[in-house]
Amino acid sequence: MTITEKILAVHSSRKKVQPDEFIEASVDLALGNDITAPIAIKEFEKLGMGKVFNRNRIALVPDHFVPNKDVESAGQAKILRDFARRYKIKYYFEVGRMGIEHALLPEIGLIKPGNLVIGADSHTCTYGALGAFSTGVGSTDLAAVFATGKIWLKVPQTLKFIYYGKLKKWVGGKDLILHTIGDIGVDGALYCAMEFTGDAISQIGMSDRFAMCNMAIEAGAKNGIIEPDEITSGFANVTQTFRSAVCGGRVYSAGLCGGRVYSAGLCGGPPACLRQADGGTGIKADKNAKYKKVIEYDVSKIEPQVAFPSLPSNCKPISKVGNVRIDQAFIGSCTNGRIEDLRIAAKVLAGHKVHPDTRLIIIPATQQVYLSALKEGLVEIFVVAGGVVSTPSCGPCLGGHMGVLAAGERCIATTNRNFKGRMGDLKSEVYLANPAVVAASAIKGRISSPEEAL
Amino acid sequence: MAELALRSGRVSAPGLCSGRVSAPGLCSGRARSAEVKMSLRQIKGKVWKFGDNVNTDEIIPAKYLNVSDDKELAKHCMTGISESRRGDDKQFGKKISKGDVIVAGENFGCGSSREHAPLAIKAAGISCVIASSFARIFFRNSINIGLPILECKNAARIHSGDIVKIDLANGIIDNLTQKKIHRTSPFPSFMQEIVNAGGLMKKIKKGTGYFLKDKKSSLSPF
Repeated sequence: MTITEKILAVHSSRKKVQPDEFIEASVDLALGNDITAPIAIKEFEKLGMGKVFNRNRIALVPDHFVPNKDVESAGQAKILRDFARRYKIKYYFEVGRMGIEHALLPEIGLIKPGNLVIGADSHTCTYGALGAFSTGVGSTDLAAVFATGKIWLKVPQTLKFIYYGKLKKWVGGKDLILHTIGDIGVDGALYCAMEFTGDAISQIGMSDRFAMCNMAIEAGAKNGIIEPDEITSGFANVTQTFRSAVCGGRVYSAGLCGGRVYSAGLCGGPPACLRQADGGTGIKADKNAKYKKVIEYDVSKIEPQVAFPSLPSNCKPISKVGNVRIDQAFIGSCTNGRIEDLRIAAKVLAGHKVHPDTRLIIIPATQQVYLSALKEGLVEIFVVAGGVVSTPSCGPCLGGHMGVLAAGERCIATTNRNFKGRMGDLKSEVYLANPAVVAASAIKGRISSPEEAL
Repeated sequence: MAELALRSGRVSAPGLCSGRVSAPGLCSGRARSAEVKMSLRQIKGKVWKFGDNVNTDEIIPAKYLNVSDDKELAKHCMTGISESRRGDDKQFGKKISKGDVIVAGENFGCGSSREHAPLAIKAAGISCVIASSFARIFFRNSINIGLPILECKNAARIHSGDIVKIDLANGIIDNLTQKKIHRTSPFPSFMQEIVNAGGLMKKIKKGTGYFLKDKKSSLSPF
């Protein structure tokens, strides 16, 4: 079996599953945000059950339109808050303690290798970077999980991607996944699992891996997944440390550790409720696992990529971009808003100024990322360069707030989608790239490689 | 129309055939039509045609996601699609009639998981969405909320403005304008049961189990 098949088998109490088979799977963790959860809550309440399947296995993260951008979104966020209090949901994250869900939950160690995670957000596939099976669903599916702790799934066929060779400078996970989507198309992995392997994957860190799995959905995939290794274990150790820091009451003493029912959960040590398929180790594909297709890439030939409007597959290597003037540069999102991404951006921006005709917006994905960026002096570099640094939120990625675009404006962003009108007016444009390219572009006022800017 | 067709627990299932009934919408040739308890409602409507990769930002832009009321969402249905991607259907939303049908190309509903997208389409009065293929989450969401959808490889042959009659019981799309008939593929019975129950939550409330015995289908994309 493939990794995906193994995890699905364990969670449906079977020895073996096969592609195209329907299973009823137990869910380790279910999550929703301020856009998707209100509908899920409304549907769940219709059942009149009075309790959720397990209050310790639900995470509610208001992250899209918070801090509340208007009266209506304030109402949506309140629905989450009230629900979390009423049902004593353990993992509810208030503003000031929250972050973008797909950065936050791994950061605090809620996701383990071998877990099965269902989220009412398409980028739930991010957690595959930890060797978990995770996939996005809609609100009604989430409501059903709230009620039953189960989900029906079709076992996907798996596409295997092998990345080999040495990465060029300034090339990261974002470029590998953009290149891949550019190659196979936005429906190139429709309904399939994408398994990312190869020695190049062994070389890259967790933030790069998260970025890759995060964008599996942009190729139509059900999930992206990477075999856990030493880097995964190292990340798990860091999350334990962070959990201790959080729970030590020093960082967010008024928040996560204030003893409030719906946030105290994080102080309770590793969530024992979260099962692991194989004790957290040895989660790997069998040698005779069957794949729908195996695709190989020599990463030494891959340059930093830029996805032109209006599909993530519309990629060009940076050397072929030409002269594309930009009005805005945005670094953040569940794809590239982690501390490693900000470090790369700071490396490029240090000692430079943002182009007079360009706005640079930087949104750390979580409070912890924000705090690290402060301590490491990154925030100062961004502010001195002429950029703005904002509180954690999805922000302008989906055209919500904190940087939406006017007609005719153009933005280069570290986000995941560049659909027409995604970040604002229908006549605005979004280009996708890695944090180094976005930072360099902010300096030059046009899409540029880091070499050009430095 | 869709609502009418969906109303009956036993029969209806627009877009999803009932094993017990007669394959509404997703045409199970194997369905036992003898068990039909009442006449099946058929959908007939004018086609609004869209291209490939219609994404959920186009169906309902994120700026309208600060509410979740479906009637409010319906006001903004398809407003995120730019003129160049609208083909001949620039008036969509203004001139839509209840019961009209959306026909699109590959990967319809790609992008975000927002259930607001099928909710907006359904509340706007669209009775069925036919596409060459659907994005996975949109597909699930549609079934879960009872929006009839049909995967039809010949969707490209249906044109804007055509009048189509859809026999959900037998999975037949009859293009009355072109005088051509297209057949669609069967869906597994547990999905039919979800729609027959009136949606996933109603099925759970009925206590008939979360889902069922079907083990395999090469035709249903999840």
